[in-house]
Amino acid sequence: MKILRLSLFHVVMTAFCIVWIYPFLWMVSASFKTQSEFFSNGLRLIPNSFQLGNLVRAWNEANFERYFINSVVISVSTILIVLLATATCGYVLGRYVFKGKKLVLGVLVASMFVPMEFAIIPIYDLIKHLGLMNNLLGVILAEAGGAHIIFILLFSTFFGQIPKELEEASIMDGCGFFRTFFTIMLPLSKPIVGSVTIMQFIWSWNSFMIPLILTLSSPNLRPLAVGLYALRGENVVDWTGIAAGGTIAILPIIVIFLFLQRYFVDGIAGAVKG
Amino acid sequence: MKTKWKIELWCWIFLVPTLLLFVLFQGWPIAASLYYATLDWSGLTSDATYVGLDNFANVAKDPYFWNAFKNSFKFMFGVVPLNLIIPLILAVILNRPRLKGASIYRTLIFLPVVTTTSIVGIIMVFIWGSDGAVNDALMRIGLLSTPINWLGDAKWSMFTVVLISVWKNLGINMIYWLAGLQGIPKDLYEAAEVDGARGTKLFVHITVPLLLPIGAVILLLNVVNSLKVFDLIKTMTNGGPFFATDVVSTYIYRYAFSSEMGLPQLGYASAAGLFFAVTISALAIIQSVLNKRIKGRAKL
Repeated sequence: MKILRLSLFHVVMTAFCIVWIYPFLWMVSASFKTQSEFFSNGLRLIPNSFQLGNLVRAWNEANFERYFINSVVISVSTILIVLLATATCGYVLGRYVFKGKKLVLGVLVASMFVPMEFAIIPIYDLIKHLGLMNNLLGVILAEAGGAHIIFILLFSTFFGQIPKELEEASIMDGCGFFRTFFTIMLPLSKPIVGSVTIMQFIWSWNSFMIPLILTLSSPNLRPLAVGLYALRGENVVDWTGIAAGGTIAILPIIVIFLFLQRYFVDGIAGAVKG
Repeated sequence: MKTKWKIELWCWIFLVPTLLLFVLFQGWPIAASLYYATLDWSGLTSDATYVGLDNFANVAKDPYFWNAFKNSFKFMFGVVPLNLIIPLILAVILNRPRLKGASIYRTLIFLPVVTTTSIVGIIMVFIWGSDGAVNDALMRIGLLSTPINWLGDAKWSMFTVVLISVWKNLGINMIYWLAGLQGIPKDLYEAAEVDGARGTKLFVHITVPLLLPIGAVILLLNVVNSLKVFDLIKTMTNGGPFFATDVVSTYIYRYAFSSEMGLPQLGYASAAGLFFAVTISALAIIQSVLNKRIKGRAKL
């Protein structure tokens, strides 16, 4: 009886999961179909023959090569800026007592509940005034802006737990504040760096509103998430091309997630617990 | 004494990157929004005129704003309960330590969370379209005789975007609940089992009360995030049909950045944004006060 119940559970659960990820399976499959197969047999998951034409078309003609590079540049730069800012901030908040610490912490935590999406208008204006409107740096700064309070708390909790002796030893060895942090503390915090990197990577890769608004007049700066949206606006009939573009945009993030999911899930769990 | 002073200086140097980003992209925008909201200004030209509180008065008078305001809350009330209850059930099922395949199920359920919302929105337009997979499946099992235009029919569009949003974010809520479940000490269950408690009783008397504090945090995150929804609605319905899914963020976008309404009206859009930001912040404050109460009680 128990085995029967358990196998029934797995059958139901497997079916549920297949339906659950059907949209992705459908998208990948459609990107290999011909236009005519797409319309005659749009729901089947295994294409009659694997056509690479859609992917090539999206990559070359629909500018997805450009969008892909933009996505990579934006994500990587944003991660580097966010890592530097949150690690240094988390370090001093987690380990040191100084005047004004409570105020800084309070302001950062309070900002978590202020919905910044509605501040997009001044951010747009700020980027314009900095002269970064037709520049990827504008998108990168706007993406890296904001307090990232979750990351700061992850770092400060981690650094707060490191034994004091380690730091004292490094001072004995002649390291100053700066060198102690970069040569001893930061390398120790690898697990947090991993979590922050993958979480920020996923958020930057997927972000839509900021790049949409900041690239309204410069299509060449669009990342994938915005590029596909624009393509759909221009070209509603090319569904296989759109599916191919979606595959190019989503597959890398799924693959990276599958390999590094431990860091991502641990980071999220740690953030909500703390 | 000299070294202490030096350390404080270093602390502030280490805070500079965060504080700089914070001031530029959070502090300044809040102040600037307040200022812009008092201007009659397109954002394109330099001929901004000061109009005081007129923008706020006009926002308050606009039925389309109130429609969007109402829709934001409709969306929230649709999404939040589903996104708390279903993930909790899944988390309890998948938390059993000896269950084979649990981690594969978790990964698959989590997958929509990491994918790009705007792209999911575009793909969903087809899957939920008149000749998409959803209609096809429902017609094959006989639940429907004619296809429904899920996103194009004002009767159904809000229901559909709510469902897709739940699908997209269910996984992350499941992880939140799992984190909470794993924080419950195992000996509590063992002790209760010795006292003769089983299954549902364990769940009601141990799991639920101990999950309340983390549940309050999850509720807050979901309320705030669902009120900020933009990517999914923008890409799937763009607020349509006939403003049936128009939420405050799409309303603001329309006035600030698109040419659908003629010249952009940044001042007016700022006023609408501020109005709504204050609403969300008020909700967040009320809720975090309640959270503290719950936490206080759970500790007793």
